[in-house]
Amino acid sequence: MQREVSAWRAALLSLVILALFLGGWELALQGAGQGGGPALDPEYAALLGQAAATGGQTPMPKPSEIGRRLFQLLSDPFYIRGPNDQGIGIQIAWSLGRVLLGFGIAALVAIPLGFVIGMSPLLNAALNPFIQVLRPVSPLAWMPLALFTIQDSSISAVFVIFICSIWPMLLNTAFGVSAVRREWLNVARTLEAGTWRTAFRVILPAAAPTILTGMRISIGIAWLVIVAAEMLVGGTGIGYWVWNQWNNLSIADICIAILMIGLVGLALDRLLGLAARAVAWNE
Amino acid sequence: MPEGSLPKEKTVVTRPYVQVEGIARRYGPTTVFENVWFGVNRGEFVCLVGHSGCGKTTILNILAGLDAPSEGVVLADGREIAGPSLQHAVIFQGHALVPWMTAEQNVAFALGSKHRDWPRHRLAEAARAALAKVGLEGAAGRKPSELSGGMKQRVGIARAFAITPKMMLMDEPFSALDALTRGALQEEVSRLVTEAGQTAFMITHDVDEAILLSDRILLMTNGPRARVAEVVVNTLPKPRVRATLHHQPGYHALRDHIMDFLITRSRTLAGAPPDGYDPRRPPEVII
Repeated sequence: MQREVSAWRAALLSLVILALFLGGWELALQGAGQGGGPALDPEYAALLGQAAATGGQTPMPKPSEIGRRLFQLLSDPFYIRGPNDQGIGIQIAWSLGRVLLGFGIAALVAIPLGFVIGMSPLLNAALNPFIQVLRPVSPLAWMPLALFTIQDSSISAVFVIFICSIWPMLLNTAFGVSAVRREWLNVARTLEAGTWRTAFRVILPAAAPTILTGMRISIGIAWLVIVAAEMLVGGTGIGYWVWNQWNNLSIADICIAILMIGLVGLALDRLLGLAARAVAWNE
Repeated sequence: MPEGSLPKEKTVVTRPYVQVEGIARRYGPTTVFENVWFGVNRGEFVCLVGHSGCGKTTILNILAGLDAPSEGVVLADGREIAGPSLQHAVIFQGHALVPWMTAEQNVAFALGSKHRDWPRHRLAEAARAALAKVGLEGAAGRKPSELSGGMKQRVGIARAFAITPKMMLMDEPFSALDALTRGALQEEVSRLVTEAGQTAFMITHDVDEAILLSDRILLMTNGPRARVAEVVVNTLPKPRVRATLHHQPGYHALRDHIMDFLITRSRTLAGAPPDGYDPRRPPEVII
């Protein structure tokens, strides 16, 4: 039996672990990058960027440096200085926009289609082989095909989000609809509730928790995939930004991007978790 | 009694509301039941008693239009039952309330299916009135998960009665409840059926329940190839009250007869009808 854990004690322990982790990181790098300052002409160093300034070695940033950089980035997240220099907020907004667009279209397709599949055992059996073959395909494997057929990199990224987030929603909707209790359907039938009334008042609410679980899995996958897709597609978005900072060898920015991606992913999951709670029912 | 109701009484004699004519259910070579004939008159309460596996629930589902017989037909009001209908309400074994709607919404959903043109507030009002009839006015806003088993089944009963069906079909509606609650709900149903002059058909395992509620009791033999072995006419005077039922003269003889049937004759009669047995007219027994 697991004992009940008080929330503040867990939070306290989390903070301690975080402090230990960051402190250890900070201490481990203490003195490592302090090799007597820049060996080269400072003007030349500035020209070549940070890499040259430390003699070709890119030091792992200390948490304190990352913190300073984070503050710097967050104090002006929405600036736009040309196509290659935009605030981190703008980049995240681009990524979110693509994810929500691709996910939204996927939901519009998957939920009605899943409904039909769930209602019809014949369609279910007929479409199942296609779903089972397409579902495990890595989203990035679609990318070349998307780029070739669509010919627009931004739309291709949205397409990849669409194609990878459609499967969990489709399968969960179909399962949720097909698993609706026989007795509830019988109630609707004996009441002569029509097809639409039965669909919206009985089947949809009954399947809603399962559908929401599928949506939650889907948005998680979509957010995973967008970073990789934007690295390939380029231009804008947090994935592109990560790749750009890698080319700049600014490791601190990459660490910040990882943190941001994690936080946004958490927020998306929590939002759908709230929605799931709103439609949950128990007997 | 007003004179206008007299001709109606006559139709009761000439033609039952429901006529079950030679229905059978077969799964491949297995015959669950066959050659089942009976009628349910208007305003009559008929119970079907038999062991599990004789197809009782299937018969009820056929009457409800949820299932179709392999052979034979069921007529309601002279027309074949081809599908579920608002005229025939079902009280299910499990309460069959949808858990995301409150008690009131569950009843209002049924009412809204019947009265498509009613505005929302009128449905809500009628639903509350229906719940009040089963003593649940205080629980209208609660979800099924917040109700006890007995209260849930009360909502199920309120839902079925709210749409004022021509026939009430009940599939062991109280079998999942404890004895005390069961007794209370039996009297509730008895009262509602009497008030509405409701035609009712009920499946049960419970002999006392059958005696308390029914006018006639159909006894089914065991399956496979189950059939209606006999029809017991319940002559105990009405209104019957659960508390005093077992003191009424004739009660024990009636109960013993049915118990004997369930214990031995349902088995010995299975598959081998006695001489002179006419499935269209199973012997009527008056005790």
